[in-house]
Amino acid sequence: MKYMLMLNTPRDGYARYLSWPKEVLAANIAFMIELSKKLGAAGELVATEGLASPQQAKLVRAGADGKPITDGVFPESKEFLAGYWIVDVDGPERAYEIAAEVSTVPGVGDAPLWIEVREIMRGRQDIK
Amino acid sequence: MTPPPPEPRIERLLRELAPQALGALLRRFRDFPACEDAVQEALIAAAAQWPRAGVPDQPRGWLIQVAQRRMTDHLRSEISRRRREAAVAGEAPAAVAPALPAEPSIDPEDTLVLLFMCCHPALSPASAIALTLRAVGGLTTAEIARAFLVPEATMAQRISRAKQSIKKSRVPFRLPDAGERARRLSSVLHVLYLVFNEGYTTTSGPALQRTDLSNEAIRLTRAVHQLLPGDGEVAGLLALMLLTDARRAARTGPGGELIPLDEQDRTLWDARAIAEGVALAGAALRRGSVGEYQLQAAIAAVHDEAPRAEDTDWPQILALYGVLKRLSDNPMVALNHAIAAAMVHGPQAGLDLLAPLDADDRLSGHHRLDAVRAHLLERAGQRAAAITLYRAAAEKTTSLPERDYLTMRAARLSAAD
Repeated sequence: MKYMLMLNTPRDGYARYLSWPKEVLAANIAFMIELSKKLGAAGELVATEGLASPQQAKLVRAGADGKPITDGVFPESKEFLAGYWIVDVDGPERAYEIAAEVSTVPGVGDAPLWIEVREIMRGRQDIK
Repeated sequence: MTPPPPEPRIERLLRELAPQALGALLRRFRDFPACEDAVQEALIAAAAQWPRAGVPDQPRGWLIQVAQRRMTDHLRSEISRRRREAAVAGEAPAAVAPALPAEPSIDPEDTLVLLFMCCHPALSPASAIALTLRAVGGLTTAEIARAFLVPEATMAQRISRAKQSIKKSRVPFRLPDAGERARRLSSVLHVLYLVFNEGYTTTSGPALQRTDLSNEAIRLTRAVHQLLPGDGEVAGLLALMLLTDARRAARTGPGGELIPLDEQDRTLWDARAIAEGVALAGAALRRGSVGEYQLQAAIAAVHDEAPRAEDTDWPQILALYGVLKRLSDNPMVALNHAIAAAMVHGPQAGLDLLAPLDADDRLSGHHRLDAVRAHLLERAGQRAAAITLYRAAAEKTTSLPERDYLTMRAARLSAAD
């Protein structure tokens, strides 16, 4: 079963992250690298990515002529996806365990973080 | 089913033979997509059989025979398909081409012709890269997909579309004429440079697979250099790759973090690669030819020849960037020129050279401009301004190792308060 574990951040989360003290930053980076290694070695990691700052994010939709219309980020957006892990595990309990571990990543502010866990639907190619 | 990877000796042999087999087939059959598929199937068959049964006496002949058999099967089924579709009788293509001799004569220029085809300027860089790695490099679609971290089906589509464009463009299987050649060679070198960079710039995660891309780029550039030993830019690119790759082991720390050039442990540098790169770069310059890759290689050589960072011959680097800046309007060259000027004449000289770059659309808002300015401000003792710009650069970069490096740099400076 595949799950997506999402780490969300408030609008100013990136800017705050950039000014953390160096010991916390170093611990945060080391934790993330170690976690990827561990999940990879366990054969559970499908994908993980960190997303670039929402500073460059755009909302896009097709205009009347079908061409893209872009807009800045919605002013009312309070939270942005900062990064995700896709894991392939035996069941939800293991996904929650991993999410709990992710939530303890060293940082400044409210810890542990809340991690959003969502099951991924099987693709059509998986249906036998 | 994917066969297990063959032993390295066989793998090397197969990759070397891949373009030769494809060249032999293309001269006979012309249909690029079908020939390429046939060679790929022959490579997979060899990878499965040779480790068990031993390498045949004439491995190249073996590959060509097997690929040719596949090609013949393909043509037969094409013909019967057309017959079934009630095509006009007599219009069917010749069913079976005459068999090739066991060890057909091989034109060493085949590899070059193939590179010219695969790096055709009509293809997007991503397609050209994928096709080059498969048709010339002999890599499987699965290997290429892994290297670029995309699903295999996506990569298979990219390759198949690239092959179809080549078929449609009706590029003949021969060397372009002299007038066209220089322009096409520069596309080939650009694609090889991109493959190298793709492998070189990743530092964490699946790094091991991706450094294979750097090795592959070096191997292919070496092959081009053997075919065109007198071309200064080919020699320059090969030298640049070797001199850059020589620092690989020193470039990242245990946690995958980036280590800048002046803080690297130079005893980890690969002395053999440096010696080869320096010799290549020197020989090209002595022949009197000048080009962007040669100049970049010369600059890399000056860095690599300094036993300690403080021994770096910055006046020489500044002079080389001065020449490069006249040849190329790449704004990254202007940035590096400013860094060199700062090393020779002090940080203010560098900052002065950066000022006009704010007006360059390609650079304004680019994290590299902020990062370089932050470094120079740090050296000039303007700590607060440096911290602000390091953080601005960190927020803009889309590379995680780079973001970590810039963030830590800002954190270290602000901890020194």
